[in-house]
Amino acid sequence: MRGASTDVAIIGGGLIGVWTAFFLARRGQRVVLFERDVVGAQSSGTNFGNLRLQGRFPGQYPLALRSHELWEDFEALIGEGCEFARTGHLYCAFDAAEQARLEAYAQVSQQHGVVIERLEQPELRKRFPWLGGRAVAATYSPRDATANPRLATPAVARAARRLGVEIRENARVTAVARHGAGFVVTTADGTELGCGALVNAAGAWAVEMAECFGETAPVFAAGPPQFVTEPLPFVMAPSLQTIDGSVIARQTERGNVILAGYPRTAADAVGNRAPVPPAKTLAAMRALAGLVPALAHGHVIRVWSGIEGYLPDMIPVIGRSETTPWLFHAFGFCGHGFQIGPGVGHYLSDMIVDGADPPPLAPFSIARFRTSATISDKFHKEFDDRPDKGNRALSARPS
Amino acid sequence: MSSIVIVGAGAAGIAAAEVLCAQGHRPVLIDEAERAGGQGYRQPAPDLALDMRRLMGSEAARYEALHRRFAALTERIDYRPRTLVWAVEGGTLHLLREGRAETIEATTLLLATGAMDRIAPMPGWTLPGVFTLGGAQVALKDQGCLIGRRVAFLGSSPLLLLAARQYRQMGGEVAVVADTTGLAAKARALPHLLASPRTLLRGLGYMADTLRAGTPLLHGVTPLAIEGDGHVESLRLRDAAGREHRFACDAVALGYGLKPESQLADLAGASFAYDTDFRLFLPKTDGFGRARPGLYLAGDGVAIGGADAAEASGALAAYAILSDLGKPNDAAAIPLMRRVVRLRRFQRGLARAFAWPVAQIRAQAAETVLCRCESVTIGAVRAAMAQALGPVEVNRVKAMTRCGMGRCQGRVCGPALQEIVAAATARDGAAAGRLRGQAPVKPIALAAAGDIAP
Ligand SMILES: Cc1cc2nc3c(=O)[nH]c(=O)nc-3n(C[C@H](O)[C@H](O)[C@H](O)COP(=O)(O)OP(=O)(O)OC[C@H]3O[C@@H](n4cnc5c(N)ncnc54)[C@H](O)[C@@H]3O)c2cc1C
Ligand SMILES: Cc1cc2nc3c(=O)[nH]c(=O)nc-3n(C[C@H](O)[C@H](O)[C@H](O)COP(=O)(O)OP(=O)(O)OC[C@H]3O[C@@H](n4cnc5c(N)ncnc54)[C@H](O)[C@@H]3O)c2cc1C
Repeated sequence: MRGASTDVAIIGGGLIGVWTAFFLARRGQRVVLFERDVVGAQSSGTNFGNLRLQGRFPGQYPLALRSHELWEDFEALIGEGCEFARTGHLYCAFDAAEQARLEAYAQVSQQHGVVIERLEQPELRKRFPWLGGRAVAATYSPRDATANPRLATPAVARAARRLGVEIRENARVTAVARHGAGFVVTTADGTELGCGALVNAAGAWAVEMAECFGETAPVFAAGPPQFVTEPLPFVMAPSLQTIDGSVIARQTERGNVILAGYPRTAADAVGNRAPVPPAKTLAAMRALAGLVPALAHGHVIRVWSGIEGYLPDMIPVIGRSETTPWLFHAFGFCGHGFQIGPGVGHYLSDMIVDGADPPPLAPFSIARFRTSATISDKFHKEFDDRPDKGNRALSARPS
Repeated sequence: MSSIVIVGAGAAGIAAAEVLCAQGHRPVLIDEAERAGGQGYRQPAPDLALDMRRLMGSEAARYEALHRRFAALTERIDYRPRTLVWAVEGGTLHLLREGRAETIEATTLLLATGAMDRIAPMPGWTLPGVFTLGGAQVALKDQGCLIGRRVAFLGSSPLLLLAARQYRQMGGEVAVVADTTGLAAKARALPHLLASPRTLLRGLGYMADTLRAGTPLLHGVTPLAIEGDGHVESLRLRDAAGREHRFACDAVALGYGLKPESQLADLAGASFAYDTDFRLFLPKTDGFGRARPGLYLAGDGVAIGGADAAEASGALAAYAILSDLGKPNDAAAIPLMRRVVRLRRFQRGLARAFAWPVAQIRAQAAETVLCRCESVTIGAVRAAMAQALGPVEVNRVKAMTRCGMGRCQGRVCGPALQEIVAAATARDGAAAGRLRGQAPVKPIALAAAGDIAP
């Protein structure tokens, strides 16, 4: 191939793509990032904004903790803010069985150095008087935080640009192919770019790219139903979650209460639509008013969701391709990619530049889909239309 | 059996229900308001002894006729007042009836949801005492109140003169009627306005009334500021000759024509196109009001045409429904269609005679508030757009600045935001994009979901 070339090309200007670009540029790489639309307009810009530490997948702690440090440092690192706030996270149980599950999570969190406080009634109410009587117990993790997803991705993209990354918006990648030792990337306007390494960070659309290299993963596009209320008097400092998934809520400093919850709804990645069934909005409204009765008279002003890639074991694909040298994947973040985004960028850039295998990325190799993958319990519980039905890649496997 | 649901009991919805009833259907007619009539033919609360004949003036006979016709219909339709449609999902309408959530299925849906005021921001427009022009009329017609003792009417709309007249009739004092469109533009729109001589004459009559009453009437003004310490005390403007004036007043009614309440049409799957006369994205329909199979739109909710056009387009959409159900009646529909076309042409003329003040909005100072729900200034929007990788389209601008993200969801600031974004990118209004609609179309209380577990 003749013409323009770069060290690394990244497909996808979500949080994962821009953090990866940022760290690659810091390591002296020449980077071009392609975004079909504008940076941070998909999942990365529509998400709930939770930076939760407690209750994560155990194998993800090294990555999550590194990410948390980077979030805590965001302003110094990136040069502008993203409304990062160390709000703490309150995880609630409605009965003894749920409390036992909370305890199991708490032990894992503590093993990784996360500070957890255990609270039971009546102490729980005393500490958080706005909480209604339904929650019997909770764990509180003070280091958990929130940030504004609408601001974060463009801010990181601007910082990457200042380090020399070329960000091409409105540039849909239409073809990728091997070329010599590297690749050639073609965009919708016919422009070609050669690159030595290629990062596939195309979110819910990433499988198309992987399949160009004879590789696949059973990604399912979906999103949680979300809503926001009008600004209400500020009462809820921590972000709040019930272990049954009916409520994941937080109140912004301005007073708006934002809610996300299960079950998630299938999204249309091709038509670019993420519907929010009104029945789910009503169910979530009931659940929130039941948990925090003081909010019952607040008004919901808008609903929305996003298009997120989910995998059956509910953890992402991050790391080198199994079929193609110098191809790297980072997709399918299963609803928790906001928190781990910075760490993914950090370790992935090390993998690309040093040829290393950073241990925090070990659990996420695409290799796991070569053989039968475990289907997470969550995958069955947290979606209403069983995503394994009618999905070619999945239905061949026992669940 | 097909279930026909009409949303909106204004002129358009009532006319449609009447046609459908006459053919043996029993449509459901839903309206969030307490009483039927919509905006143009709003009825006062029954315990208010308001002289509607005097208030409605030349339109009194039509007002009475519409309400008489509606009274004759109520037994023959499934009328549901005080019921908000807050979401549409396929064929299911999600309702809030007297504060409780419920649903209804519609195989045929006619949306006749009317319009609301269009507002251009200016210094001081968020001061207490500033009302939308329509709001000033609602206060009068619904509650029998005036928004102030001495009211300035500002904007660009034929309703400025009408409302000023209504205020004078009901004992209010009018400080000034000030229109931002110049007389030359009005003269140029005359050929279109002749499409409805009756309405044109009525408008000229209002103008004569105003002059007779000795009220200052200005055309081609540039609004400078609404001033006051915690409340409106005066309106400052520059006239067409460049002289500055200050009018003492304790309230301002502000209005630049109407914009369709098209959120439900959006949720129901209508597509939209930018209209260069109205400078708004309007839902697309065929000449009869079909937006897509099973979805019909009528009245000011689809294209601003006024009460007469709303009534005709409601009846026309009902004939389209009947025809699609296998009972065409071209003899009735075709003259109606001609009438709707003529009235909408007239309204297009009005959009030119009472123009949306594009240049004035684009020239507003940075400190002027654009989004009053979230207190976002025009300067904040310009600054967000000017930075590297800044947004260039209204939905992204909203995401970055919160403009349009508050309680009204951009229903008020949307049209002005569109102009500010278009100006900053040196593109036309269409390229600035359209704010995407989402449920709920109006805010709904958490408690409305009901069944709150103990
Ligand atoms: C409603 C919702 C709530 C969430 N809440 C949280 C939360 O509270 N906490 C948390 O940690 N995570 C949360 N998540 C998950 C988190 O948002 C995602 O995991 C994360 O944003 C994924 O980032 P990404 O860069 O992989 O994806 P995306 O943001 O989707 O970015 C992928 C990008 O690739 C682009 N692209 C696709 N194909 C092409 C192509 N061919 N050419 C060029 N560009 C292309 C797309 O346009 C897109 O911008 C939530 C997700 C959703 C949807
Ligand atoms: C404030 C205001 C004042 C006006 N005053 C005059 C006037 O004095 N003279 C004049 O000629 N024209 C006036 N107009 C113009 C008016 O739009 C038309 O005259 C006429 O009312 C249009 O009829 P319509 O049937 O299309 O809509 P409307 O008469 O506006 O009726 C629409 C109805 O739909 C209902 N509705 C809307 N959305 C929903 C929902 N989601 N759920 C349930 N119900 C819903 C509303 O409550 C309303 O009753 C006014 C307009 C406004 C906005």
